Amino acid sequence: MFRSFAKKSTLTGLILVSAAAQPILAADDYKLGLVTFLSGGAAGPFGIPAQNAAKLVLETLNAGQLPAPYNTTGINGRTIVPVFMDEAGGATKQASEYRNLVERQGVDAVVGYISSGDCLAVPAVAEQLKTLTVLFDCGTPRVFEENDFKYVFRTGPTATMDNVAAAHYINETVEGLKSVSGINQNYSFGHESWADFNGSLNQLKAGVDVTTEQFPKIYAGQYGAEISALMVNSANVIHSSFWGGDMEAFLLQGSARGLFEDQTALLTTGESAMYRLSDQIPEGTILGGRGPFGVFAPDTALNRWFREAYTSEFGTPPTYPAYKMVQGILGLKLATEKAALNVNGQPSTEDVVSAFEYLEYEGPGGKVSMNRGKGHQATMEMVYGRYALQDGKPAVTDVRHYAAACVTPPEGMTSVSWIEKGMPDAQCD
Amino acid sequence: MKLVIAMLMDGMIYASWLFLIAAGLTLIYGVMRILNMAHGSFYAIGAYAGASLVGFYLAGGYPPWGAYLVLLGAAIFSGIIIGLLVERGLLRFMYGRDEVVMILVTYAILLILEDVIKLAWGVDAYFAYQPYTLLGRTKLVGLSYANYDIALIFISASICFLLWWGLNRTRQGKLLQAVIHDRDTAAFLGINVTRMFTVTFVIGAVLGTFAGALTAPGISVMPGIGIEVIILAFAVVVIGGLGSIGGALTGALIVGLARSASVHLYPEAELFVIYGVMAVVLAFRPQGLFAIATARKI
Amino acid sequence: MKIATILLIAAAIAALAAGLVMPGWLTFMLTLALAKGLVVLGLLLLMRAGLVSFGQGLYYCLGAYCVGIAGDYLQTQNALLLMLLAVVACVALAAIIGLLLCRYRDIFFAMFSMAFSMILYGILVKSTAFGSTDGFNVKPPLLFGWTPGGESSPMMAYGLAVVAVTGVGIFVWNYLRSPMGYAGEAIRENEIRVEYLGVSVRKVIYIKYLLAAAMAGLGGAITALAAGHIDPEMAYWTTSGEFVFIALMGGTGHAAGPVLGSIIFELLRTYAFQISPYTWQMILGTALLAIILYLPKGVWSLVERITKRIAA
Repeated sequence: MFRSFAKKSTLTGLILVSAAAQPILAADDYKLGLVTFLSGGAAGPFGIPAQNAAKLVLETLNAGQLPAPYNTTGINGRTIVPVFMDEAGGATKQASEYRNLVERQGVDAVVGYISSGDCLAVPAVAEQLKTLTVLFDCGTPRVFEENDFKYVFRTGPTATMDNVAAAHYINETVEGLKSVSGINQNYSFGHESWADFNGSLNQLKAGVDVTTEQFPKIYAGQYGAEISALMVNSANVIHSSFWGGDMEAFLLQGSARGLFEDQTALLTTGESAMYRLSDQIPEGTILGGRGPFGVFAPDTALNRWFREAYTSEFGTPPTYPAYKMVQGILGLKLATEKAALNVNGQPSTEDVVSAFEYLEYEGPGGKVSMNRGKGHQATMEMVYGRYALQDGKPAVTDVRHYAAACVTPPEGMTSVSWIEKGMPDAQCD
Repeated sequence: MKLVIAMLMDGMIYASWLFLIAAGLTLIYGVMRILNMAHGSFYAIGAYAGASLVGFYLAGGYPPWGAYLVLLGAAIFSGIIIGLLVERGLLRFMYGRDEVVMILVTYAILLILEDVIKLAWGVDAYFAYQPYTLLGRTKLVGLSYANYDIALIFISASICFLLWWGLNRTRQGKLLQAVIHDRDTAAFLGINVTRMFTVTFVIGAVLGTFAGALTAPGISVMPGIGIEVIILAFAVVVIGGLGSIGGALTGALIVGLARSASVHLYPEAELFVIYGVMAVVLAFRPQGLFAIATARKI
Repeated sequence: MKIATILLIAAAIAALAAGLVMPGWLTFMLTLALAKGLVVLGLLLLMRAGLVSFGQGLYYCLGAYCVGIAGDYLQTQNALLLMLLAVVACVALAAIIGLLLCRYRDIFFAMFSMAFSMILYGILVKSTAFGSTDGFNVKPPLLFGWTPGGESSPMMAYGLAVVAVTGVGIFVWNYLRSPMGYAGEAIRENEIRVEYLGVSVRKVIYIKYLLAAAMAGLGGAITALAAGHIDPEMAYWTTSGEFVFIALMGGTGHAAGPVLGSIIFELLRTYAFQISPYTWQMILGTALLAIILYLPKGVWSLVERITKRIAA
């Protein structure tokens, strides 16, 4: 009796849930797929902040209350209806879910993807389905270096830019730089980050020793042995592209053991921890934010609005994934509205694509130029600074900006060969 | 010399952490023949309970030393609750099923608990680093170690001793040994096997939450941490021999020392170490190092 | 021909015909499900002998990487050639590993097979030439230079998957009814008695292991051709765990169980993703628990129960 009742009630429950999940859609709504990590280790540091930012911006856009020039309603007048999706499950699963978003749920465009593997797998499907797709966060330069895509854009800078700028920064600011060591996660992003950093540092300054290269497993959480190895093989600067929980655990465990007392840490994603662990980050630690985001973002009306609104809504200041998400959505909005100027009614996807190519616009992090990858890959300036407490509050000092042309390979050249050849045509001030 | 001592210390610290997460797993397997994947969730729940309660406690301005008691209390409390819920509410309906089915059952519990944790604590990271830094550090041949990590070695050793003592020197423990060796005969002799199961499972769950609570101060507590430790714990337990406390200790020591040797001497191999050790041990000892003998059925 | 075979072929033809009218997402999802079904069919052979491999991801991944690497290196998009290569490579590797593994039972077989698949994972993570954890893209398949429905259509891989599953399904169905197939169940019940009967347990298991590896390789190859992207995640233990999950969900009693199980699994997961992006794991876990509780012999047992009722 109980069993059959339980069976029936689960079934009804499922039906009810699926009925409730169908959103009521007006004919001219703009259905936007938003794919970020909602489970697993990347959800807390990346997925949820990005999703929060998306919710905030979409709500404000639909009300037409964003600062100019974004103060028009929705996307080209159409109300945006978000469809959220978890990025978990790997690249094959995501390729499949992408099809579901487009063909089953009928989204008009997709903004998403944090994992580089997904950013390599999804575009092929996007091209087949001819659906506009904006990659907002993933870092690997391979996306547009190995392929030409028509319907795919990336509005965030690549990881190469991070690490080349980091090499510039320590070359300029660390006196008597003789040695570096590295601790990066054992996966593509970690390998590429270290290779780009070490390669470009070699080009900038000959004779810098590498004392040790550590590659612990991603999400390992325990770095005791690695910290000892970094202590035994002491260097001037410790480079790390750790992010999220791994970076924070490394900071906690390293600080507790005094690792950073005679060595300077260079954390390419460190900005995201500076408010959460303000009393654990040693002063002088070099922090990056994967671009001009968070504390490094310029003082503009858009940024002021975003920081205030986000902080009051979610209780913490926005970190770089949140910025990059806004940047992706705004790029899509601008391109669509630019395309709409030349046509009657709503522009076709192809119209939007040609409007998006080589677009230049202001995001909350400053100027975004879609000037690489045949107009599909964004470049931005890069910023690094040193952590400092000012009146007991976390801040950055000695901030340096690197123009996009200084840290980005020219069109048509891959990052790896550009660094190998000594970074030709780089325009640094 | 410095290198050798660093390798030994790092290995010991890592091994004591591994033992903490593996002890509950091996205990539950030994008694109940359930390879409990949900152990990872217990670990995560312990970490969340510990970190959030310590944060709460310190925000109240109470003396920082009390944070250790809060961690302990959080572990025991959350472990008993979740252990009872899972065992009484679910597992007892599944006893007698195939071992593989039981792995899947606990996997399903793990999936559910992952989302329960997310619903209860959200996805933002929790920190409780005060207990970690409060103890200060010790310098050993020029290398600093956090005293908290050194204390971990002693805590692991005491837990190992307690488990050994409980199993071998108490009446209840000896009854449990009878259950481990032959469940049916033990029941036949009048031992209340069902109650033994419940008690064992709760102790195992508390060991899991305790491992999580002790780890929490040194890490950022966030979604997914539970899944990461399961496979480590599995490997340690399989190397040592399933169901054996001494085996878990040996497995933890071997993996811990091998890993720290690899980090110091050949970092490239770090990812392979644990599986390499497992493959080598299994190749020579197909049942792990300290396997419990099973009768052959003819 | 037996009735079952005819029925299966008829079902395959119906599935192919349905492919012409199905929406793209369904075709694509079914292709992935069928590819997984192939792996699970292999797993079923092992599980009938009481052996649960938590390492079928090894061959699933190897098959996929064979397709990716050979496609680049040999400059071929010939689907049949690539699939053959994948199967050969998997059987070759299984021939070596199997010698060691067929001595193991129970959880040790499971963990040892997992260790091998994790070692492959580790090697691939270290291989920057193959894109490390990001993997790399695979060109769409051709059949002797021809592809139905244009390059962008998922039909080609779907067709391959349906044909492969039909072929392998018929083989498994017949194999389970052969003396070798029954030997597997005898081994699960009592190994020593089987040895007393003069059958080499090790040989039986070894052959099953090779067959399972071949099927997993084929599944991996089809996944690579269909998805167009491969990465080391395919060898990670969670992937192998998923296969076991599917096997128990579908049921190991019949060759149709794995295929049915993987289709239901994929459907369940994709709708869980859609309905509840934040708590889909809970839905999946609850569904699994419900199946274990109410359908201990898998979803296929439900089909059997219904057919029996109709017959009665």
